[in-house]
Amino acid sequence: MTTNTSEIDEIKSTPWNGGRSPFNVEYGKMMMWFFLLSDAFTFSGLLIAYGALRFSSISWPNPDEVFQSAPGIHGGAPLVFVGIMTFILIMSSVTMVLAVEAGHRKAKSEVSKWMIWTIIGGLAFLGCQAWEWNHLHHEGAWWGSNPFLNEDGSVASTNFTNLFFTITGFHGFHVFSGVVLNVIIWINVLGGTYERRGHYDMIEKVGLYWHFVDLVWVFVFTFFYLV
Amino acid sequence: MSDHTTHHEEHHKETFISKYVFSMDHKMIAKQYLITGIIMAVIGMVLSILFRIQLGWPDESFPFLEKLLGKWAQGGRIDPAFYMSMVTIHGTIMVFFVLTAGLSGTFSNLLIPLQVGARDMASPFINMLSYWFFFLSSVIMTWSLLIESGPASGGWTIYPPLSAIPKAMPGSGLGMTLWLISMAIFVASALMGGINYISTVLNMRTKGMSMTKMPLTIWAFLLTAILGVLSFPVLFAGVILLIFDRGFGTSFYLSDIFIGGEALPNHGGSPVLFQHLFWFLGHPEVYIIIMPALGISSEIIATNARKPIFGYRAMIISLIGIAFLSFIVWGHHMFITGMNPFLGSVFMFTTLIIAVPSAVKTFNYLATLWRGNIQFTPAMLFAIGLVSLFITGGLTGIFLGNASLDINLHDTYFVVAHFHIVMGSAAMFGMFAGVYHWYPRLFGKMMDDRLGYFHFWLTFIAVYCVFFPMHFMGLDGVPRRYYSFTSFDFMKEWLAVNRFISIAAILGSLAQFIFLYNFFRSIFKGKKAPQNPWNSNTLEWTAPVEHMHGNWPGEIPWVYRWPYDYSKPGHDEDFIPQNVPLSQTMSSNLPGDYGTHHGSKASH
Repeated sequence: MTTNTSEIDEIKSTPWNGGRSPFNVEYGKMMMWFFLLSDAFTFSGLLIAYGALRFSSISWPNPDEVFQSAPGIHGGAPLVFVGIMTFILIMSSVTMVLAVEAGHRKAKSEVSKWMIWTIIGGLAFLGCQAWEWNHLHHEGAWWGSNPFLNEDGSVASTNFTNLFFTITGFHGFHVFSGVVLNVIIWINVLGGTYERRGHYDMIEKVGLYWHFVDLVWVFVFTFFYLV
Repeated sequence: MSDHTTHHEEHHKETFISKYVFSMDHKMIAKQYLITGIIMAVIGMVLSILFRIQLGWPDESFPFLEKLLGKWAQGGRIDPAFYMSMVTIHGTIMVFFVLTAGLSGTFSNLLIPLQVGARDMASPFINMLSYWFFFLSSVIMTWSLLIESGPASGGWTIYPPLSAIPKAMPGSGLGMTLWLISMAIFVASALMGGINYISTVLNMRTKGMSMTKMPLTIWAFLLTAILGVLSFPVLFAGVILLIFDRGFGTSFYLSDIFIGGEALPNHGGSPVLFQHLFWFLGHPEVYIIIMPALGISSEIIATNARKPIFGYRAMIISLIGIAFLSFIVWGHHMFITGMNPFLGSVFMFTTLIIAVPSAVKTFNYLATLWRGNIQFTPAMLFAIGLVSLFITGGLTGIFLGNASLDINLHDTYFVVAHFHIVMGSAAMFGMFAGVYHWYPRLFGKMMDDRLGYFHFWLTFIAVYCVFFPMHFMGLDGVPRRYYSFTSFDFMKEWLAVNRFISIAAILGSLAQFIFLYNFFRSIFKGKKAPQNPWNSNTLEWTAPVEHMHGNWPGEIPWVYRWPYDYSKPGHDEDFIPQNVPLSQTMSSNLPGDYGTHHGSKASH
């Protein structure tokens, strides 16, 4: 009780004591993280549904036989085309990292350059996906129709193509939204919005989203093309 | 802090649109949520009265029903298909639109910034979007009542195949489509609200407001928001697959279906998959509903018992425990789907563990009330009513959590009684308690206490009269969702009870008009609210009664103590607000009060 009064009222400046962000991030980045967490649950729901349906089937088509073509290669080349797609998407994540890094240095023209490369990467990935969808469609695959036989030679459930088009489509929609966001941010970069604001945090926020979409693709790729 | 102040004082003149319609102020958005929620509640209540008329008087015709419902009640008797629709939409509206958005939308918005000491939500713009998405989804859901083929009618859980095959029943067509569109928008709204609440609580607390100095309301809202952010997306995933099943010829949930003797081509899907995805949302959802109500009642009970909340940390730990456990119990809704009995026993085990944190909360409420100087305000009565309903409904939850008992009781009126008491009515009581308690903060006026007492007692008695007899019906095997019970001999004897329930339900809903009258009249004619009408400790009562942008003129108050310093020995008044420094209350300070600041010194 004899303690000095001003000492009693002193509020320790620990991260969780209020008055500052405990994670040293501003609210926008935190909201993006929580959105991504939530989106991760959406994709998990879809992929778990995929697992449940696949393993309730006695047999399933072999991905190496379904995905074995690329432009100019008619069959016999499994994983080639999807490998290129995956490489493109991962490279676009690299260019996004470089854009974020340039943003830290507030180097406007460099940010703009790397954003353009990221946008091109995203568009190239979407183009590849469109080619692959078109190719499969010509082979007779679509929602509700599956021309591929099971590995054991029996007629497969349409759920193989149903799941493929639904989940890669949902992922592609995410890539598309990411490209749109990147274009908006790039226009803002050119217009000098972030220069006036004094920081390029928005690049980091769309960067988080872009890396997330990339990460999700790793899972989609594994589940549909590898196993 | 200073740049925050200037940021918000930039606001200049407001137009009507920016103040009342597209407002970004969390207090206005809270009012918008509340009033939309009340309108949806009235719609849900009217639907319940209509189907209670059918259940109470199954063989009589009421000409006014034909006037009201047209072709859905030809000859004054409700059409069976429309009965199913009403049950479905009643459930949907009450669960999602009233008790999810209406309850946590209103009070998270109002209380999070005010109680943690923030100028507004983390992102006022996304907050506004969240409300307008909710509004749009409410409009679509209400609209679906008016379409020609009738609204969705497969139950609020929209199990396939009724929801997946558009021609399965009348409501499976356009009605179901509108339901799905509305819920997709609703999920977006809940997500935007949720990430905002979480970021605000974590990032924007005022100086001194450590996590263990937050009122329990904020803890409850934070955990509710986390549950929403993690569980709604799984429903969203399930709904995406359902949409493809409906419109794109896929078979995610369909296999071996015959309609009118004709086989559908679908093959390889599983309706149980949907149930898993649905209940992964569905079970956390019931805690999304009840946890804000529990937080609200903690605050109101401590304030009006004029005692510190008993076991503050135990309350937080049990909230966290409930939130965590709610994710691993969803299988108890599916004991009869043919799941492996071993898996069933795992879900039974996790389900019964929830009784532990729930009991901790109940006993802490009782211990807080014990020998308190209780102020029986209408809010306090509703909060105590919540505790009563939580106990009554919680006990039947232990019955239903047992797989062996649930197999008998599943889809009977026992289940209806259980969840209407523990989740429906208890959460509704929490909402009423919150409205009575924070009305002065929402509208700057006082509600009429006398009408509040009438409202409480009539509602409380009606709730027990309506739902308690349903336990006995359920034990006798009376199934839920049946249009009429007159075709089965063993159910006929329940007609008198059904009629009693219907009368109680009608009287109970009439009592809600007392509340509506009191609510809307007080906005205009209520007594002006004093600064701190309940002598409460939390920060929202330090902000000016007249709403202003940024909540506090000048600096945001700092926080020096926990929110439950009621009747502290040695202090003249029986409350010490959180923003009163310890140096001003030397006569009542305890050694523990310096714990976080000088704990190490004290132990030397």
